[in-house]
Amino acid sequence: MTKVLMKGNEAIGEAAIRAGCLHFFGYPITPQSEVPEYLAKRMPEVGGTFVQAESEVAASNMIYGSAGVGIKVLTTSSSPGISLMAEGLSYIAACELPVVLVNIMRSGPGLGGILPAQGDYLQATKGTGHGDFQLIVLAPSSVQEAVDLVVLAFELAEKYLNPVMVIGDGMIGQMMEPVEFPPEGQGKPLDPGDWALTGCKGRKKRIINSLYLDPIECNDINLKLKAKYDLIAKKEKRWETYNCDKPYDLLICSFGMMSRICKTAIDDLAEQGIQVGLFRPITVNPFPYEACRKAMDKAKRVLVLEMNMGQMLEDIKLAGEGSKEIDFFGTAGGVVLSPDESLLKMRKSLRKIPKATKAKPKKKPAKKTKAAKKRKSR
Amino acid sequence: MPTIDVNIERCKGCERCIDACPQEILGMSQKLNNKGYKFAVMVDEPRCIGCSQCAIACPDVAIEVYVEGAHYQFFQY
Amino acid sequence: MKKIFASTKGLTDRPTHYCPGCTHGVIHRMVGESIEELGLRERTVGIAPVGCAVLAYEYFNCDMFEASHGRAPAVATGAKRSRPDLILFTYQGDGDLASIGMGEIIHAANRGEKITVIFVNNAVYGMTGGQMAPTTMPGQYTTTSPFGRDTAEVGYPVRMTEVITQLTTPAFVARVSTHTTREIVRAKAVIKEAFRYQAEGRCFTFVEVLSTCPTNWGLSPREAVKWVEKEMVPYYPLGITKRPEDFTEEWKDGGH
Ligand SMILES: Cc1ncc(C[n+]2csc(CCOP(=O)(O)OP(=O)(O)O)c2C)c(N)n1
Ligand code: SF4
Ligand code: SF4
Ligand code: SF4
Repeated sequence: MTKVLMKGNEAIGEAAIRAGCLHFFGYPITPQSEVPEYLAKRMPEVGGTFVQAESEVAASNMIYGSAGVGIKVLTTSSSPGISLMAEGLSYIAACELPVVLVNIMRSGPGLGGILPAQGDYLQATKGTGHGDFQLIVLAPSSVQEAVDLVVLAFELAEKYLNPVMVIGDGMIGQMMEPVEFPPEGQGKPLDPGDWALTGCKGRKKRIINSLYLDPIECNDINLKLKAKYDLIAKKEKRWETYNCDKPYDLLICSFGMMSRICKTAIDDLAEQGIQVGLFRPITVNPFPYEACRKAMDKAKRVLVLEMNMGQMLEDIKLAGEGSKEIDFFGTAGGVVLSPDESLLKMRKSLRKIPKATKAKPKKKPAKKTKAAKKRKSR
Repeated sequence: MPTIDVNIERCKGCERCIDACPQEILGMSQKLNNKGYKFAVMVDEPRCIGCSQCAIACPDVAIEVYVEGAHYQFFQY
Repeated sequence: MKKIFASTKGLTDRPTHYCPGCTHGVIHRMVGESIEELGLRERTVGIAPVGCAVLAYEYFNCDMFEASHGRAPAVATGAKRSRPDLILFTYQGDGDLASIGMGEIIHAANRGEKITVIFVNNAVYGMTGGQMAPTTMPGQYTTTSPFGRDTAEVGYPVRMTEVITQLTTPAFVARVSTHTTREIVRAKAVIKEAFRYQAEGRCFTFVEVLSTCPTNWGLSPREAVKWVEKEMVPYYPLGITKRPEDFTEEWKDGGH
């Protein structure tokens, strides 16, 4: 199959179409506006529907209506917009409807800035809206992975009848990379099952509702949802480890684009004979605690690098249960560590590991590779 | 002879039917229904003209109207 | 004996939870009858609001959503754009539609979503205990305007029908009432007309219905309908303000 060079936001829009999603409701916001722009053009070509909502509050309720009548639906936004979608998402989760949404995160709080950040990690994974509900949250680290995860998001949403969020930092939305899509026409329409509101012809009326005035009934709904979230946690955790097959003293934990930057620094350190491992959650909710713990167990120290003030850090601490010293470095406001700066942070953590126990370098530091030189010359 | 049937368990005793009836033949019961409301009763059945005004005004769909042969109709509802 | 008036298939058998004399019940019946009489019930999806009519999903005998406060027009937009063959209606109170949901209603109307909006104006927030609504009358006492609505402080009541009418897109806009049998008969005809336009794929349709809240007005049901006539109707004039141009049939005065 052929690869095409595409901007992340446009690739996300195309990925949804390839997954069989022909309905989009959304509101413009930098740095995700290319998604609605792309789909405004593309949807009519494929017989789909594009509606520019009057606000993100409305958009989140439009996807509630769309999914409720049994249609695959997408919305995309960026941080301040996601805050406004909290209302609709809580209703959607309560009513167990399949929707996919993408948050191309910008920096905050408040209006913040339009540059990339990862400051919505806790919002996405722990506190999207009111009440006891969870989203499935996927965090890509490249444009290709964003495409793959959007396709996966539609599968998971339908499988578990749950909203699925893809969180990418602004960089993923804005940069261009070669990507490969699933073939056109492969995505199937949603199965309206026994829940979608399609008109009551020949069957009993259906109700999509999240009002439960009876406390026992409301408790039961919460228990039912919890059981589903537990099942998702059991079956759907995804993660990546990098350079973890060799012994390492230091484990880096990061997600999204930050992890990709870390990989470059890790390669550089490896060339200098220092092995550092990387753990990257792909499902940030459910968080792969066990796998993270396993990777942490092999290390003497852990360094968490994020484009926020320490949000995934909470999950790493939960995974480690106090077993390891954890360092953290975070940037915000659109400041992004370069591979070299990340490398310095890694060296700083490495220095904190007592000498005697430091794994010996296997070979002499290698000469600078072409890649490293190239980076420097840029 | 036209007549009406009040579903006394649906009736909430709001008295709107009483005001609506052009023949002024509806009144309230002395007894209470299971929900504790007085309910509408026909006090002069032979004078009912089957016009459905009472049923149209009733917020609780508690009145059914029956006719045999000719009856009045003020409005096409 | 021939039954000439009975409950409609458009409603379920469930008795409503509304207070005695609350005209939510009458409006429910008119909507239920309209979709049934037009043969639309089996492809209708209704949207209940947050407000006293929140349980409307139990009362209408068709597929039903329960929407969050004020967002019913957005939910209807999502549903209608996804399955255009469905008939979509929202049923909203004045707090729901004219306060928290002002953005959603204006834009659904302005996009010309082919849905029917039933707007129940009872001049008060019923469900939460009689607080002031955007439609509360000047001087009207409510729990949050304990000295009467002071227009110098909170402005005058919003006339939603007029607001929607001044938009270019919406083509069928009307205000009706429930305070007399005659008005109920008119209201029914208008609601049915609105659904017919939607079924024909014509336009956005909006029907404001003046309604009573005897409980929070502190009036008996009989006094409440008088209050509608005396206080509300002069401020909220009744009638069809907009109708698709090529429609020729005159608004029948209830068959008279
Ligand atoms: C987001 C949100 N804010 C506030 C409420 C509380 N609330 C419930 S009903 C209601 C007012 C409804 O009044 P109205 O729309 O006039 O309907 P009525 O009860 O009079 O029929 C309010 C404020 C809520 N449920 N959700
Ligand atoms: S049908 Fe007409 S006359 Fe008979 S009780 Fe009802 S309103 Fe009165
Ligand atoms: S109008 Fe209906 S609810 Fe009210 S008193 Fe008459 S029958 Fe009863
Ligand atoms: S509180 Fe008012 S609006 Fe609500 S059911 Fe009672 S009378 Fe009707």
